[in-house]
Amino acid sequence: MTDTDIRPVPVSRKNPIQQLELDMRLLGMVGAFLVLCVGFDLITDGRFLTPRNIFNLTIQTVSVAIMACGMVFVIVTRHIDLSVGALLATCSAVMAMTQTAILPEMLGLGLNHPLTAPVTILVGLLTGTLIGAFHGWMVGYLMIPAFIVTLGGLLVWRNVGWFLTDGQTIGPLDQNFMIFGGINGTLGPTLSWILGGLAAVAAVILQWNGRRAKEKHGFSAKPMWAELTLSGIMVTTIMGFIWILNSYEIPTARLRRMFEARGEVMPEGFTDTYGLPISVLLLIAVAIAMTIIAKRTRLGRYIFATGGNPDAAELSGINTRLLTVKVFALMGALTALSAVVASSRLANHTNDIGTLDELRVIAAAVIGGTALAGGVGTIFGAILGALIMQSLQSGMAMVGVDAPYQNIVVGAVLVIAVWIDIVYRKRAGIN
Amino acid sequence: MATPLVEMRDMSISFGGIKAVDHVTVDLHPGEVVGLLGHNGAGKSTLIKMLSGAYQPDGGEIFINGEKATITNPRDARTYNIETIYQTLALADNLDAASNLFLGRELVSPLGLVDDAAMEAETRQIMGRLNPNFQKFSAPVSALSGGQRQSVAIARAVYFNARILIMDEPTAALGPHETQMVSELIHQLKAEGIGIFLIDHDVHQVMELCDRASVMKNGRLVGTVNVKDVTDDDLLGMIILGKHPHESEAA
Repeated sequence: MTDTDIRPVPVSRKNPIQQLELDMRLLGMVGAFLVLCVGFDLITDGRFLTPRNIFNLTIQTVSVAIMACGMVFVIVTRHIDLSVGALLATCSAVMAMTQTAILPEMLGLGLNHPLTAPVTILVGLLTGTLIGAFHGWMVGYLMIPAFIVTLGGLLVWRNVGWFLTDGQTIGPLDQNFMIFGGINGTLGPTLSWILGGLAAVAAVILQWNGRRAKEKHGFSAKPMWAELTLSGIMVTTIMGFIWILNSYEIPTARLRRMFEARGEVMPEGFTDTYGLPISVLLLIAVAIAMTIIAKRTRLGRYIFATGGNPDAAELSGINTRLLTVKVFALMGALTALSAVVASSRLANHTNDIGTLDELRVIAAAVIGGTALAGGVGTIFGAILGALIMQSLQSGMAMVGVDAPYQNIVVGAVLVIAVWIDIVYRKRAGIN
Repeated sequence: MATPLVEMRDMSISFGGIKAVDHVTVDLHPGEVVGLLGHNGAGKSTLIKMLSGAYQPDGGEIFINGEKATITNPRDARTYNIETIYQTLALADNLDAASNLFLGRELVSPLGLVDDAAMEAETRQIMGRLNPNFQKFSAPVSALSGGQRQSVAIARAVYFNARILIMDEPTAALGPHETQMVSELIHQLKAEGIGIFLIDHDVHQVMELCDRASVMKNGRLVGTVNVKDVTDDDLLGMIILGKHPHESEAA
């Protein structure tokens, strides 16, 4: 056993795809997603890939996708969280009571008072974080398996939510709170273009900073054409996405009502478009923050190290118990954020909010390439997984597949996706 | 005799009523290699894990440079410049060489974010010294050969200026060529004044590399001998029979 077989590979022998240094698994998933979209579009005579449907798809995905980001960390550290759907209901119930009962009665802040929404969201985030940390403490310090802790949590929090509201539907919710609900809060075309442009510039700057850092230490960066191609793809994707969302026109009847609400008359021939929904912006912010945590912070490094080899992590001086608390607390905070999105999209708190979300979230993370054995997973993959699940579901609904068949297909896709992943990893020699 | 670099005095630890280490005293001087010998389950690794902070002793005291040391976790051990190369290597297989080398001690940028480029540069430098053939800097360590993985684990111990180095069967998974490399490294580190505890099964290797050898059996110390005063057979007698050879005991 010598190292003679590991000579540096001459650059010229790499094919162009390799020189781009892209993750082939993610690329495969993106490909599968595109095939899915185009397939549904053909079957539905072009109704699937309309700005309207893409807009709806994105806002339907947000709640599950935000939680899937947190689930990646949970699964990477070799745990599981079965309680997120129930915890979402508890957070939603706490926030519904805060804004409709507690704040108006105790502090005299009425519904739609400017302070109501921020205070409510803060209370919700605190609730989710504390409950998540409590789960993590039981897993990390009391050594109760996460499966059991969160299975118990599933039963407990679903019904704590019920008690908080006496099983009633709570609504209507605060107007400012509901801007996180998707169609109730969008940025409009101009602001969307500006944000998109800024994002594109930021992405390119980050990419070139990375290249400079590598060059500074004198090791091989990608060839120039590869960097330029990647920049091009990023900018096109960001601006294309904004363009699509900016093409979804607000229906004339709705526009007229909006003008009437302000006591004005809509000018003849006036049109406006929705642009980027605030909930999607929230998801993007969460995705960026979580990716930075995963790749560029000690916390993220320790999460992945612990998932790869818990003993090694401990011997390196990492406090793996406290790490478990942090991971579950983060999951709880993201669940609370999803509760904001989910309840404001419904404009009400209902008892069954978030039911079965734990399974959608886990499925999204796993389809997105998170390995249940731990140590492997990406935030981008999990979001893509959530998007694939949602596209399948709404695509089938659009085609007219009955609900039971939809679930059968989604279930089968989950299993097949994981199987393909296993086969791919074996072939590629990745553990 | 000068103050020992490390003195573990009267160390004891039990697991579920079984005395894994039973009142054992060993010491180590700068620039010295002390072999720890014994069968599987003799207590060698357990003894050493109390020094590296992985286990908490039930009794006994540790002195570093003559001063009493409190080591309650691996991080404490690192502050005393104690580095350990575990038999299992203790590598996170899903991370690359640089991430493993700096695990728990990441280099960070002024913003507090981990600086992967700087860590890779440092890793390239030290690997260039230890194992010049090593090239797989961006692959997870699961993709490396046994020898390459070993060199990552060694690099981790050497990089942070260890003064006390614990090597738990460092050559168990290696071929002859790589074993030779580890031997050379031990000689080099010894010359730099580093004290090394070497846990090994192989009596011949201990005879070749060590200055003194401490032999354990069933959690007890059979004895510590100067290697040049004993034969292979004497050591084997100590390991197998727990019998101390004549009066060649070291001070």
